[in-house]
Amino acid sequence: MIIEHSYIIRIQGDIITVPAKGIGFGELAEVKSRHGISLAQVIRLKDNGVFLQVFAGSRGVSTGDQVRFLGHPMRVAFGDALMGRIFNGSGDPIDNGPNLSGLPRIEIGRPSVNPVRRVIPRGFIETRVPMVDVFNPLVESQKLPIFAAAGEPYNDLLARIGMHANADVVILGGIGLKYDEYLKFRYAFEDAGVISRSIMFIHTASDPVVERLLVPDMALAVAEQFGVRGKRVLVLLTDMTAFADAMKEIAISMDQVPSNLGYPGSLYSDLAARYEKAVDFEGAGSITVLAVTTMPGDDVTHPVPDNTGYITEGQFYLRKGVIEPFGSLSRLKQLVIGKVTRADHGVIMNSMIRLFAKSREVEQKLAMGFDKTEDDDRFLHYGQLFFDRFMDLTVDIGLNDALDLGWKTLSECFRPDEVGIKQDFIDKHWINN
Amino acid sequence: MGDLSKGRIIAVNGPLATCEVGQEHNVLQNEVAYVNCQGTSLKSEVIRIRGRQIDMQVFESTTGMMVGDDVEFSGELLSATLGPGILGMIYDGLQNPLTHLENDQDFFLKRGQYLNALDEDKQWEFTPAVASGAIVKAGQFLGSVPEGLFKHHIMVPLMLKGTWEVIRIVPAGHYRVSETIAVIRSTEDGREVPVMLKQEWPVKMPVRAYQERLLPNRQMLTQCRLIDIFFPLAEGGTACIPGPFGAGKTVLQQIISRYAEADVVIIVACGERAGEVVETIREFPELEDPKTGGSLMNRTVIICNTSSMPVAAREASIYTGVTIGEYYRSLGLKVLLLADSTSRWAQALRESSARLEEIPGEEAFPAYLESRIAAVYERAGLVRLRDGETGSLTVIGSVSPAGGNFEEPVTQNTLKVVGAFYGLSRTRSDQRRYPAIDPLISWSLYLRQMRESLEERSEGWAGLVEEVHRLLYEGSEVHQMMLVVGEEGISLDDLVIYLKSEIVDAVCLQQDSFDVVDRATSLERQVRDFLLLMDMVHHQFTYESKEDARREMTTLHNLFFQMKYCPYEGETYHRYRGEIESILAGIGENSE
Ligand SMILES: Nc1ncnc2c1ncn2[C@@H]1O[C@H](COP(=O)(O)OP(=O)(O)O)[C@@H](O)[C@H]1O
Ligand SMILES: [Mg+2]
Repeated sequence: MIIEHSYIIRIQGDIITVPAKGIGFGELAEVKSRHGISLAQVIRLKDNGVFLQVFAGSRGVSTGDQVRFLGHPMRVAFGDALMGRIFNGSGDPIDNGPNLSGLPRIEIGRPSVNPVRRVIPRGFIETRVPMVDVFNPLVESQKLPIFAAAGEPYNDLLARIGMHANADVVILGGIGLKYDEYLKFRYAFEDAGVISRSIMFIHTASDPVVERLLVPDMALAVAEQFGVRGKRVLVLLTDMTAFADAMKEIAISMDQVPSNLGYPGSLYSDLAARYEKAVDFEGAGSITVLAVTTMPGDDVTHPVPDNTGYITEGQFYLRKGVIEPFGSLSRLKQLVIGKVTRADHGVIMNSMIRLFAKSREVEQKLAMGFDKTEDDDRFLHYGQLFFDRFMDLTVDIGLNDALDLGWKTLSECFRPDEVGIKQDFIDKHWINN
Repeated sequence: MGDLSKGRIIAVNGPLATCEVGQEHNVLQNEVAYVNCQGTSLKSEVIRIRGRQIDMQVFESTTGMMVGDDVEFSGELLSATLGPGILGMIYDGLQNPLTHLENDQDFFLKRGQYLNALDEDKQWEFTPAVASGAIVKAGQFLGSVPEGLFKHHIMVPLMLKGTWEVIRIVPAGHYRVSETIAVIRSTEDGREVPVMLKQEWPVKMPVRAYQERLLPNRQMLTQCRLIDIFFPLAEGGTACIPGPFGAGKTVLQQIISRYAEADVVIIVACGERAGEVVETIREFPELEDPKTGGSLMNRTVIICNTSSMPVAAREASIYTGVTIGEYYRSLGLKVLLLADSTSRWAQALRESSARLEEIPGEEAFPAYLESRIAAVYERAGLVRLRDGETGSLTVIGSVSPAGGNFEEPVTQNTLKVVGAFYGLSRTRSDQRRYPAIDPLISWSLYLRQMRESLEERSEGWAGLVEEVHRLLYEGSEVHQMMLVVGEEGISLDDLVIYLKSEIVDAVCLQQDSFDVVDRATSLERQVRDFLLLMDMVHHQFTYESKEDARREMTTLHNLFFQMKYCPYEGETYHRYRGEIESILAGIGENSE
């Protein structure tokens, strides 16, 4: 049922109110103003008043402008023809490619997967970044954000993992993405030959803020369809903090009581609804979600990274251009370590990190001007090797090589009874020199 | 009962829908209503009544709901169905069996599908325990059916008040959950009530059909050393696990759900990741219950309302879980409920409070947060049943404080009502010292309360525990000092204290949940290893230099460390134990 026309009687922030009957919650509408046509979505019904959030923003919209209801929630085109295509924040192609109007359309933001139809993730995704593969391996169907302050090379890391991950379909959701960054992704994907199996939904920094809200849902709805059809999908979302900020704007326009720094109390549920789309389907494909969450003020307790950390299956901290070993976490790592990967993986991971913590402690101690002991020297040496061989983001080696390098590094720096490793592993792997 | 009330939707705001009812209709607070939305009935619950305007939280997505949609009230409160067959089930927050939904749905949950919580076709072998003429009260046993290895007693409905006479009871035989197995008559007003194998209970009300509540004084063994030794939990007690994200709340709960010595374990996955429940769902059927030899799933109930499932049903999920817990407690069982995370439940309250435009309290949580939290934990407890036996419900809730800061309302209000606090620290989890329960901030009121029964472990037990606890404090102080003045700035004695505390930390506090041996420690082993550790703690080490101390203590550290990974009483276990004992004996001789 399409109801033509209704007239705007109230505008607050990017929310407009129109009098109308027979409108469903969540329904989509088109707002026609002097500046063109924008999509809008019903976010509240009260008596005969319908409240809509206008995706292109309310600037230039005036009372009396026309609203046309479409009788259905937001939809996006779906089909194999999406591969290699690029869309804007409202799902329209922006790459001058062939017309897609013949494709079926699917609703976005659909209900969640029945938990009993999920299987325990078990696929190890090798990224050739040792800080990831050795210390916090990525697992198929995982949802994992990169926490980074502004200025860190998070998009480079995202692109690098995206290109290595060997997924059937790579979907990029750009949310408030700088145009240059978008181009960098595109060129990187083209160079790596990934572009033909990738789909991009790009909302750029200069596009209207509310339009950001659609990007993750469109990307994930498409991913879901490929997933149930047996495809292994990797979804890259950058930057989810920009997405949360758009929700904040809407909440404030709706006079909602904020819970923390102006963000709505539903922030956790709203983010979870997106991240939980990551899934390994029983007897079908999977969706892996890798996202960027920039940390305003480099503060991990800021509501957006904080809520994200509670939702996702770990996080990578990108700081000073490297993945921090402390605080970074892959919660699914135990599903693959020693099961899919080599048996000594677990002990190497734990022991190397523990010793690296020690070397950091020594560094701090020396920075405060204390005497250096012989022990200290060994730890410092170890710390340096750890940085050069593992942390440096230019290092590009496979997991097994990295594990061997781990044993080599430990053997070079320590005695076997100092590393806290079970004897059987020492017997098998320790390199006596 | 008269006509059921009807109404019409006048407003929709996310999961909050408002309807108007006619003058002639009465509506109950917390009554269940169904909204007819696009041809599907969506379950909802009345949460506020203002004149003829009724606010309801809808347990499903409200997409497509319109002003003018019909609402039908059920006349009943939101209830759980209780009876044989709950064990082994996987429910959503409203007690819909998820495994059965699977049969007629694809990968995705579909709104508006409500199924029976119990299998209506299954026949249960009922054996009566009373004869007609017996005088009974709510909660008393009329007979039983076998459920797994348990005797599942069939009770006089918990809802009934006063005394009743059994006027008819069926002979032993097979019956379905909805068949009448007895008829009882009130001794007061002569009213007759049929009794079935199943009954209903409104989830937001505590079950009180027992003789009396008792002070919890026996330990609920979790096989997690840090808890059992330092901050023991009591059967019928309550505990909370607050911690920042990634500190290990869920892993700790999972490990407890597997190895705790309980008869029945209820896992409430409340607003957290679906993936975590999947691990439980998929692994439990394969795991053996050490107590019964059967599958671990046979003693487990999973209530699963994960973060992307409707938020109003999340609020209900905790109540559904507690109600099932109280029910199994009424049968004389030792029940353990694990809720992960109560913060998500509190957030669900906050979301609905915000939509109701109530005056917000701290961090926008409603003013009644404190009383709601207290009401949930107060439903735990050790009780004496009508037949003199006891039953218990122990509750452990995890708390997810914003920013990892324990000064926030949910943590603070929870700490007011629980008996034990297992605070996870970011520092410990960053150092991979798992479980990251910080021994310097955590506490358990039960250590005192159970002192007498704990002494059964070994004479002077509580004293030893306090002593090690002090050692940990001292060790941490020395460590702090070392960070400021360096190792050369502290005395040799202080260094030894620090090294001792590090051994205690590494081999007793830290426990690797992913190691087949270390993940669970039996009571017997806990006592034996702890006493050996105490020998080390009590030992007077004398060293020439700090280098000597470090070297010797590193050896000892390593031996204890290797020992904890060895199967109890195995050959390697004894070998390491022997080496430790001889070092302790050897050095002892030298030093005297
Ligand atoms: N007892 C433990 N033993 C080993 N690893 C643990 C333990 N507890 C937590 N971890 C590690 O920490 C990660 C996060 O733990 P989790 O319980 O999911 O955190 P939370 O629920 O507090 O966010 C796990 O994936 C695991 O890698
Ligand atoms: Mg958790």
